[in-house]
Amino acid sequence: MSVWEKIEELEKQIDKFKSLSVEEHIEVDEVIVILKEKINDLHKNLTSWDRTRMARHIDRPKFLDYVPKLFNYFQEIGGDRKFKNDNAIICGLASLDKRKVVVIGQEKGKDTSDKIYRNFGMSHPEGYWKTIRVMKLAEKFGLPLLLFVDTPGAYPGIGAEERGQLVAIAENLYELSGIRIPIIVTILGEGGSGGALALGVGDRLLMMENAIYSVISPEGCAAILWRDASKAEQAANALKISAFDLKEFGIIHEIIQEPGGGAHKDFNAAADKLKKSIKNSLNKLVKVPIDELLDQRYNMLRKFGVFKEK
Amino acid sequence: MTAWLKKSILKKKEPDNQWIKCPDCAEILYKNLLIDNINVCTRCGHHFRLSPDGWLGYLVNRGTFKEINENIQSVDPLDFSDAKERYVDKLNRSMKKTGMKSAIITGVGKIGKQKACLGIMNFAFLGGSMGSVLGEKVARLFEHAIELSLPVILISASGGARMHEGIYSLLQMAKTSAAIRKHSEAGQLYISIMTDPTTGGVSASFSALGDIMIGEPGALIGFAGPRVIEQTIKQKLPPKFQTAEFLYDHGMLDMIVNRKELKSILIELLTFFG
Repeated sequence: MSVWEKIEELEKQIDKFKSLSVEEHIEVDEVIVILKEKINDLHKNLTSWDRTRMARHIDRPKFLDYVPKLFNYFQEIGGDRKFKNDNAIICGLASLDKRKVVVIGQEKGKDTSDKIYRNFGMSHPEGYWKTIRVMKLAEKFGLPLLLFVDTPGAYPGIGAEERGQLVAIAENLYELSGIRIPIIVTILGEGGSGGALALGVGDRLLMMENAIYSVISPEGCAAILWRDASKAEQAANALKISAFDLKEFGIIHEIIQEPGGGAHKDFNAAADKLKKSIKNSLNKLVKVPIDELLDQRYNMLRKFGVFKEK
Repeated sequence: MTAWLKKSILKKKEPDNQWIKCPDCAEILYKNLLIDNINVCTRCGHHFRLSPDGWLGYLVNRGTFKEINENIQSVDPLDFSDAKERYVDKLNRSMKKTGMKSAIITGVGKIGKQKACLGIMNFAFLGGSMGSVLGEKVARLFEHAIELSLPVILISASGGARMHEGIYSLLQMAKTSAAIRKHSEAGQLYISIMTDPTTGGVSASFSALGDIMIGEPGALIGFAGPRVIEQTIKQKLPPKFQTAEFLYDHGMLDMIVNRKELKSILIELLTFFG
């Protein structure tokens, strides 16, 4: 039985006890507390591979699910002004309570036809040209930028290469490193490789508890280093891609706690926590003079890496 | 004749491996002559990979190159092992094989009358993969160039990010891009030269951010590897796909330069912007 199946089993038991308490008027609070503790213990022991499966869970909330929970106003704006509108990346003008912000998020899609429409969250260069256009709009009006990451990676296809996927991603990194507005990045689900990093540069990096962030997909790593894509579990654990790993490495600032069983089990609670964290970070960032903020951003980027020198 | 006997006789016919076959025109080339010709096939012009020593000998005025940050070395932050071996063992093997401590050599030298900061990657060192050390050396090279008010010339050869260092490798893309922006804002020139192959995380970060971008003839250049694309789209790739010529035709490169003309082109560019 996988950890998730065990957690699900315990959750079913909690539901059973709850209905017992209603129907039979039995005191069950103590049992429920014990069961919830058990779930929390199981959570702490999840491996990177367990998190990978949760990050890709079919019911996991996607970027567009979060939009109405986080923002009281949202108006999508589209297009790269060059070639087309990429539906795997959504840009918008939004209000976070009273604060105006500009939002860019990767969307994988819900059901089959929506997933195809969103290209499973895998952008072509147009998506990254659109983000550059929109972040410059945010910069022009001094609006903070909120980035949301959830993608298996940038799309590997003929058209994507013809239209310069490599230049599009590189220019995103270049622009984000120096754009003169506060940026908050949230990794919602899958942070897959360069396609995720292209929206992953900012002043604060938040990560949902069951999200992953990796240089390569576990399957891709297994296929190359183990010559066997079915060794993905081993690869995931070796790559250390969970939010807790990244917090320990000092790469992300904050882990957003998810309800037992994952964000989809109590989406309102998960979204509330995320909103609170984003607001907290934003309140701090907008107070920092912009030149100081850019220095801090540069120093943060410069410190990424581990090596020895003698 | 037994197989091993056959093998040893065949081996004797090629003493010390002094010959190499051109993969394009099948000409058998004498290695020393090929080296004299900066690893360009004397018959068809195929560009073989060139080592950092080869590049320095060709491009930089003798005795003017001063290496910087030569003592930065990789560590194993994830305690990583794959199916075959530990990452530290792999690193040690690569260091022995190449005589280098990392997949890039950086420093300052003179090309013609112009001084420039130079970075030269070595594909022979773990496929020129980018981990923390490579990212750090590239970032420091651009910062050094800002201090000295010098242009940067960077010659790429890489399969992409180094998986063995996980997320740290990915983040080098952001680190190097940020340093290039500082260099650019200081008004300095950056010439990026993409050799065979330049793919993955290197192609989608510092290699793709040159003021001038030059490809070597026939070089494989792209974001995703051709095999990954083929598996994803389940169709054959068009001929010449992801070659330097393909990128030039699609507007991603300023020029394709034959290695034998590269030095004079670089001198012209450095003089023009200098």
